[in-house]
Amino acid sequence: MCLAVPGKILEATDLGISRIAKVEFGGVTRQVNLDFVPEAQTGDYVLVHVGFAISRIEEEEARRTFEALRELENGIPPEE
Amino acid sequence: MRYLDEYRDSGIAHALAARIRARVTRPWTLMEICGGQTHTILRYGLPELLPQQIELVHGPGCPVCVAPLEIVDRAIEIAARPGVIFVSYGDMLRVPGSRSDLLRVKAAGGDIRIAYSPLEAVRIASENPARLVVFFGIGFETTAPANAMAVWQAKQHDLRNFSMLVSHVLVPPAMRLILGSPTNRVQGFIAPGHVCTVMGFEEYEVLAAEFQVPIVVGGFEPVDLLEAIAMLVDQLEDGRAELENQYSRSVSRGGNQPAQQLMHEVFEITDRQWRGIGAIPASGYRLREEYAAFDAERVFATEEIQVEEPPECIAALVMQGLKKPVDCPAFGTRCLPERPLGASMVSSEGACAAYYAYRRHAAPEVAR
Repeated sequence: MCLAVPGKILEATDLGISRIAKVEFGGVTRQVNLDFVPEAQTGDYVLVHVGFAISRIEEEEARRTFEALRELENGIPPEE
Repeated sequence: MRYLDEYRDSGIAHALAARIRARVTRPWTLMEICGGQTHTILRYGLPELLPQQIELVHGPGCPVCVAPLEIVDRAIEIAARPGVIFVSYGDMLRVPGSRSDLLRVKAAGGDIRIAYSPLEAVRIASENPARLVVFFGIGFETTAPANAMAVWQAKQHDLRNFSMLVSHVLVPPAMRLILGSPTNRVQGFIAPGHVCTVMGFEEYEVLAAEFQVPIVVGGFEPVDLLEAIAMLVDQLEDGRAELENQYSRSVSRGGNQPAQQLMHEVFEITDRQWRGIGAIPASGYRLREEYAAFDAERVFATEEIQVEEPPECIAALVMQGLKKPVDCPAFGTRCLPERPLGASMVSSEGACAAYYAYRRHAAPEVAR
């Protein structure tokens, strides 16, 4: 029920009362409401729950934390 | 898909499991709150990857499961009325009330429609001005902003034929109930990443400090959950009890401010009944007085409903981490996903339903 899926904003449109976007999820495109992520722009990834983006994914943070996981896999001790 | 596939990487998952094995020196009992996380844990067989000292128990974070029988009965009663269009997330349709379910009402001619988003119900209301459109607004904090937006937009557009049957629950009061119980076994929590995406994690910092329990905000993919478990084991082995954030690509300390503002505009805190657990004070939302015209419980005067749970069901103990689904004599026999006796077999995210889907043929846990 609290499922939220990451998708990429292809195009954002301001409708006055709401800002909506076309968001792509692995080849499937859906309309998503952007009112809770005013900072999100075309090209950003957002987490989408019941038709609403609830966060903009922090790409730099994701890259940094994922690199630490890759280093763990490759046997390099993570820097503390 | 980006941000999904890489968090299902088998090499990283095994590296994290090895790190947990290297670190653990004694038994620890951990609970994930969210039913979506329970589902991932069982689907990917994470208990088999972990050392036997780590026991995972499964929390009450499935809104479909904990929606009380009374509200399901009320939904069924409203949906059966002539002239009503009843709109719901698909998961609620199969949920048994005390005598029937929404699918049976639909089969008997009720106009019940499944929606992916609450805004679809608002659209249906504006397209059908002569009909009363009721949306079944259930969920945890993750879903509350979307449901709040539907009510807010209905008010902006003066859609008098739209209303919402609200059954919203909150995670921290349920954690407080579990932690405050004299029989509590849980020594570390994985906090629900999407609830915290909306709410932030300050409430969980308070819980970690007050109950001296480690809490890690976790994501929903197997690598996310293994990393959260590794962080909890590190804290427990170090003797720390802090709030840490594994799901930092989505969760910030303060959460989503625009979403919180709209929730507070539309909803206020209320006591809620949790199926299988009972009443928890200040554990949910209801519509504020200013939105009373959109509150289905006021629009449709329904009788006070009192119903009893089947006495055999141990869902309350399962959702507090005191029992496993397989400990129940009715599991997989008298209680099945098609004919659930109680809360946690009702939805696919419930712990009993997840065990039934992925583990009903597994060896008994005691033999591990």
